[in-house]
Amino acid sequence: MISNEQVTIPPGHPWNRIPLVGVACAVLGVVGCAILGPANPKQFFFSWLMSFLFFLSLALGALFFVLFQYATQGGWGIVVRRIGETVFAMLPVMAVLFVPVLFGLHELYSWSVPGAAEHDALLRWKAPFLNVPFFLIRAAIYFVCWSFIALVYYRLSRGQDATGDPAVSARLRKFAGPAIIVLALTSTFASIDWIVSLTPHWYSTMFGVYFFAGSFIGFIALLSVVAPAMRAAGLLDTVITAEHLQDIGKFLFAFTAFWAYIGFSQFFLIWYANLPEESFWFKARLEGSWEFVSLLLMAGHFGVPFFYLMGRAVKRRGWTLAIGGTWLLAMHFVDIYWQVMPTLHPEGVRPSVLDVAALLAVGGCFVAAASWLMRRQALVPMRDPRLAESLAFENV
Amino acid sequence: MPFLVNQLPKGPYYGILAEFATPTDLYHACERVRDEGFTKWDAHTPFPVHGLEKAMGIRRSPLPWIVLVAGLSGAAGGFGLQWWVHASAYPLVISGKPYFSWPAFIPITFELGVLFAAFGAVLGMLALNRLPMHHHPLFRSKVFERVTDDAFFISIESWDPRFDPSATGKLLTSLGARSVELLESSE
Repeated sequence: MISNEQVTIPPGHPWNRIPLVGVACAVLGVVGCAILGPANPKQFFFSWLMSFLFFLSLALGALFFVLFQYATQGGWGIVVRRIGETVFAMLPVMAVLFVPVLFGLHELYSWSVPGAAEHDALLRWKAPFLNVPFFLIRAAIYFVCWSFIALVYYRLSRGQDATGDPAVSARLRKFAGPAIIVLALTSTFASIDWIVSLTPHWYSTMFGVYFFAGSFIGFIALLSVVAPAMRAAGLLDTVITAEHLQDIGKFLFAFTAFWAYIGFSQFFLIWYANLPEESFWFKARLEGSWEFVSLLLMAGHFGVPFFYLMGRAVKRRGWTLAIGGTWLLAMHFVDIYWQVMPTLHPEGVRPSVLDVAALLAVGGCFVAAASWLMRRQALVPMRDPRLAESLAFENV
Repeated sequence: MPFLVNQLPKGPYYGILAEFATPTDLYHACERVRDEGFTKWDAHTPFPVHGLEKAMGIRRSPLPWIVLVAGLSGAAGGFGLQWWVHASAYPLVISGKPYFSWPAFIPITFELGVLFAAFGAVLGMLALNRLPMHHHPLFRSKVFERVTDDAFFISIESWDPRFDPSATGKLLTSLGARSVELLESSE
């Protein structure tokens, strides 16, 4: 089967130092935010929200990845499942990183300002949903659901490393279907609460799916970077093969098309009907320098990676897959930027040092916690009853 | 319609058919036939045998390229058709939008791209497999009927440059064939 040395980070390995790098980034970011934030609180809260959403989406994408592997009894992905489990185990950490957003509610969400609905019929009509107490209750529900699912799946899977009990897999499989439904509903409502309600007059019935599409491709892009990087660092190089990389690459390829399909469907109906209460959201993103970002997303989040990832050889080599993953991870960040920032800067793209500081702060915490977890655990679910099937996997 | 039906090359024989008892025998025999340098031959099994394509030395199919070209042609054709119709041949103002409103063309461009890619995949697969072929000399063999049941076969065609009726037969027997049969051409 598989030995302990094959699946743990050995002492003295450079990857043991990643938590320190993460902590350093986080400290740098927090200091940057503390120095620059007070002078420009609105910019700070938008930057923080953006970085928070980026890393949250990666964790939610990871949770969905693992859940549907259980639900469909997918075999090939078991060797990379622990990477997904580590990423979604960050969901409780994301709950802590959400706290700064609560202090900026009035800066971020115009509907939360007292009296906002007084002279605004639409906001008055939406007030039963868009009010601060209910917003906070919903946020609590999301984080409780996510953390609960994440911790159950993480702990039971880790427990199986010691016992090898096949009943654990069966239990997690049964639970996966309902958990996916809970995840779909909560992530849809969370994306509406935290992104759509930045522009409280706008609505799009497609937005939850759009957020999901971004989340999933975000996590697969992360996986496309982490799995080859581990192999290159001599971790799991006897476990993860070109066959697994190719399947990760297939997901990445397929979900560039899925993201474009959902993104275009959302745009298309609004553009075609041309109703002012819907179209203003896209109009803001097609004016000035925001138009360039929209075109960049079309070409960079779909066109270029779609053709780049089409071939077989690109997906089977670690470094070519990692290039695609790095690129799409960056594009996923641009996508979140494009969703959040035009509300703050309708006049055009205005990059800020606070964007970088918030990214370092949130990302540093995320990377530090995830890599710390990696040091303490086997890097694959080493006694999963179907691990042998995953190890022997070959594309036909 | 003779132009739609593929014909095998003419010759006194179609080739040699060898029957094997187990997938393992067949697998190892395929490796030897491959290493002997035969090119016009095939293996027939009742179920997929994993890795057989490697044992046979089959190269990757050019079908993906056919699908790519067909899909892109379909997408370009769909887009071009709408462009020409809406902006040049029959310009109409529809819901106040410019004649050339490319977002409106995307659904049909996408659908035609998928449709032509599917045509490319199905028709390309048929062409590469030289189908349809209404009759095949292998069907004259009585033992070959068991190919859908419990027997495994290698057939080497007589137009393979290395084919020799007696030497090839001996080779297959030495590889553990349960029976070896020389098949005549269809005509």
